[in-house]
Amino acid sequence: MPKVQVSTTVNGDEVSYICEVDETLLDVLRDRLSLTGSKEGCGTGDCGACSVMLDGRLVCSCLVLGAEAEGRDVRTVEGIAKGDKLHPLQEKFLEFAALQCGICTPGFLISSKALLDHNPNPTETEIRFALAGNLCRCTGYDKIVRAVQAAAAEMRKG
Amino acid sequence: MPLDANLDPRTHQFKVVGTRPLRPDGVDKVTGRAKFGADATAPGMLVGKVLRSPHPHARIRSINTAKAAKLPGVKAIVTRDDFPETKDESLKDVLYNVMAREKALYDGHAVAAVAATSASIARKALKLIEVKYEILPHVTDVDAAMKPGAPILHKDMITDGVEPAPTKASNIAAKCEFGHGDPDEGFKHADHVIERVFKTEATHQGYIEPHACLASVGTDGSGELWVCTQGHFMVRDTCAALLGMDVSRLRVTASEIGGGFGGKTTVFIEPVALALSRKAGKPVKVVMSREEVFRASGPTSSTSMTVKIGINKAGRITGAFAELRFQGGAFTGSPVVLGAMSAFACYDLEHVKVVGYDVVTNRPKQAAYRAPGAPMVAFAVESVLDELAARIGMDPIALRLKNAAKEGTKSSYGPTFNRIGLIDCLEAARKHANYKVPLGPNQGRGVSAGFWFNFGGQTCVSLNVNIDGTVALVVGTPDIGGSRASMCLMAAEELGIPYDRVRAIVADTSSLGYNDISEGSRVTFSTGLATIKATRDAVTKLCARAAKIWGIPADAVTWENGYAKPSGPNAGNFEPLSLEDLAKKAAKTGGPIAGHYEVNADGAGVSFAVHLCDAEVDPETGRVQIKRYTVVQDAGKAIHPSYVEGQYQGGAVQGIGWAINEEYIYGKDGRLQNPGFLDYRIPVASDLPMIDTVIVEVPNPGHPYGVRGVGETSIVPPLAAIANAVSNAAGVRMTHLPMSPPNVLKAIDGAKGRGARR
Repeated sequence: MPKVQVSTTVNGDEVSYICEVDETLLDVLRDRLSLTGSKEGCGTGDCGACSVMLDGRLVCSCLVLGAEAEGRDVRTVEGIAKGDKLHPLQEKFLEFAALQCGICTPGFLISSKALLDHNPNPTETEIRFALAGNLCRCTGYDKIVRAVQAAAAEMRKG
Repeated sequence: MPLDANLDPRTHQFKVVGTRPLRPDGVDKVTGRAKFGADATAPGMLVGKVLRSPHPHARIRSINTAKAAKLPGVKAIVTRDDFPETKDESLKDVLYNVMAREKALYDGHAVAAVAATSASIARKALKLIEVKYEILPHVTDVDAAMKPGAPILHKDMITDGVEPAPTKASNIAAKCEFGHGDPDEGFKHADHVIERVFKTEATHQGYIEPHACLASVGTDGSGELWVCTQGHFMVRDTCAALLGMDVSRLRVTASEIGGGFGGKTTVFIEPVALALSRKAGKPVKVVMSREEVFRASGPTSSTSMTVKIGINKAGRITGAFAELRFQGGAFTGSPVVLGAMSAFACYDLEHVKVVGYDVVTNRPKQAAYRAPGAPMVAFAVESVLDELAARIGMDPIALRLKNAAKEGTKSSYGPTFNRIGLIDCLEAARKHANYKVPLGPNQGRGVSAGFWFNFGGQTCVSLNVNIDGTVALVVGTPDIGGSRASMCLMAAEELGIPYDRVRAIVADTSSLGYNDISEGSRVTFSTGLATIKATRDAVTKLCARAAKIWGIPADAVTWENGYAKPSGPNAGNFEPLSLEDLAKKAAKTGGPIAGHYEVNADGAGVSFAVHLCDAEVDPETGRVQIKRYTVVQDAGKAIHPSYVEGQYQGGAVQGIGWAINEEYIYGKDGRLQNPGFLDYRIPVASDLPMIDTVIVEVPNPGHPYGVRGVGETSIVPPLAAIANAVSNAAGVRMTHLPMSPPNVLKAIDGAKGRGARR
């Protein structure tokens, strides 16, 4: 399989890697950069467990090629906390027991952050639709929606 | 406190149990640090991939791996020849499912596997393996599989449980019967009798984390396995047996697990990864794709059921009968027995009988799915009850109250109930505000009760007191939904110390005694019980150390709020010693302080739930929307209420998916047509309302704090509650799940006598 060399930015750090041309960005993050926080639940863009931000846009990293990340800005779950300080979304997910097994949590955090970054005061319906691309099989979404509402309220206080 | 003492949870003032602290594994799970099945790597690791049969039923004439073996980068190939026949009857089906032998029995059945230096080479190698199949007739529907002349999967399958034994092979693996009295006698006393046939489609547990493992076997035959599983001791014992290894030579570590719901209670890729690693002499990682999860791991049974119930004018059930037909895939073991036992367990009946058939078909071997067998049967039974209540103009909860099982009821499956909480749940549901909200146009309300047994089982826990007085709690049941938090709460409660002074881990198989799988809603009950008793064992030792320091008899010391104290004025006047004090002095008073407990736990305590559902049906499109949903369930004692609510909500929503969307769809060719989350659609956030919960607490006498398992009962009532709501909204009885738009439209049109639109 032919390989390509790629230089990109992940969570603010410059990185470069060599990957096979058919490798996904998710494969690269997990297998080449050891950033295993992004998960593969389906590999077909249906479950959202691999959600990352690419140049400020929410994408499924399993549907992006590693080669496509050249010169872009990639943000993963590993970059949400600031040093030892958790993001309000992370705090509220814990406080509201918004995770049971936790496999979908990285994707939900990324999607929720993408929502709150442009809509600081979403309605319950807006939250539910913004998160409709992320599958959770444990919680029934109730506590996830409540955690996002609480984080949004916290963030609005500044 | 004596080791066997129970607290009365209704009067005892708990200090930390019942609070909602953050879980110990929480920060790792919100920062991406938690390591799940596919997150491990090893130096020199190879990638393993599995070749699967594209045919639902085919004799495997030959497998030629020569071309694949020559591909540069391929380090090992395994086929049926690498898995010797087992003498253990209980393992034969496991072995034949892990790797097909003379026949491939379903679309997705493993036929060969390769380990290579990269995923792309492994994929290429799979294409170079030549398998010659002789295609055989197949059957995937349960009713079709039971008919004379159906294609036979196993030529030696003689139905078990039938006297005299049949002389010819069939697809009916076994027949079972439960009940007491004579339903026909009961129907004679009925004013109304309703009999209906119901069907449910197979659904998958749908855990978001595909099966994954990393195996490493050395040339000395010792191995290690990292795996996402509900039971790493089961994985160890099964793999060791299949591969001819001493159990002591295989160490299995349970990774964080991304959901299981029963589906991770057996082995699929694990023995394959170990065999590949042994052959290649290198670590091998195998991760299933989502398509493989759907095609080759275990969904639950699809079913066909006949239920007949008679009631008198007063609403009392006079007789009940059910015949259950479950297909469990290509091997025996559908959960029909549990379905049959649970069918009428909610009710106090004089005349009841259930007959069950376990049937094989050309589908993947079913695996446990949350309260295996019970949700489908509850759908059938509770639907007929709903119809009967309407027939006599009785409130559906009142009808259930009139017949509800209580303490002293002889259950339909045999045992007499101890203290149980069905009536409490029914009363709480009847009082709930959601039961009184006026319904809008095209809306209907549905009620259902549900029962689950709950299990105990083999459990082993150690508790180590650290030098600073903090506590390391060592358990052997993988934590699926926050159980480490619950265990820490129970240990902290017993010790009288803050929750965050206790830290629980799930130990590997070489670090702790055997533990049964995390299944059967058994963890908070049995690992909790063992945690409490291991803690009491440690407390006994702590008191003995204090006695030694004070020079008084050990029984003159008591433990209170984290301190050893003289038990009374006669014991002497000494300053209490804290856990920290005693931990610090441990070396001088006899060495490390640890508590242990081993048990095959009994007395799990059955549990009941009542669900209320308001659904709206669009008469033009057949789309069902859940407008309101309420779960009322007996937890015995909620240790961490947030995670109890989480189990209630999660079970309800899995049930919503099962009721209105999810199904395995097979084509005429016997191939699964929807092996992906796009076409097998599980509920998403925008499909749902908030899920309201009520925790009822009727203590289980079998647990020191009264705990009952809560994980499974919550998926038992939803199918029926939703079907009743939809039936009431649409004005037609829904007897076939899922209630997807085309199915609902067909039912509505059928009732109008216009025939199907499609």
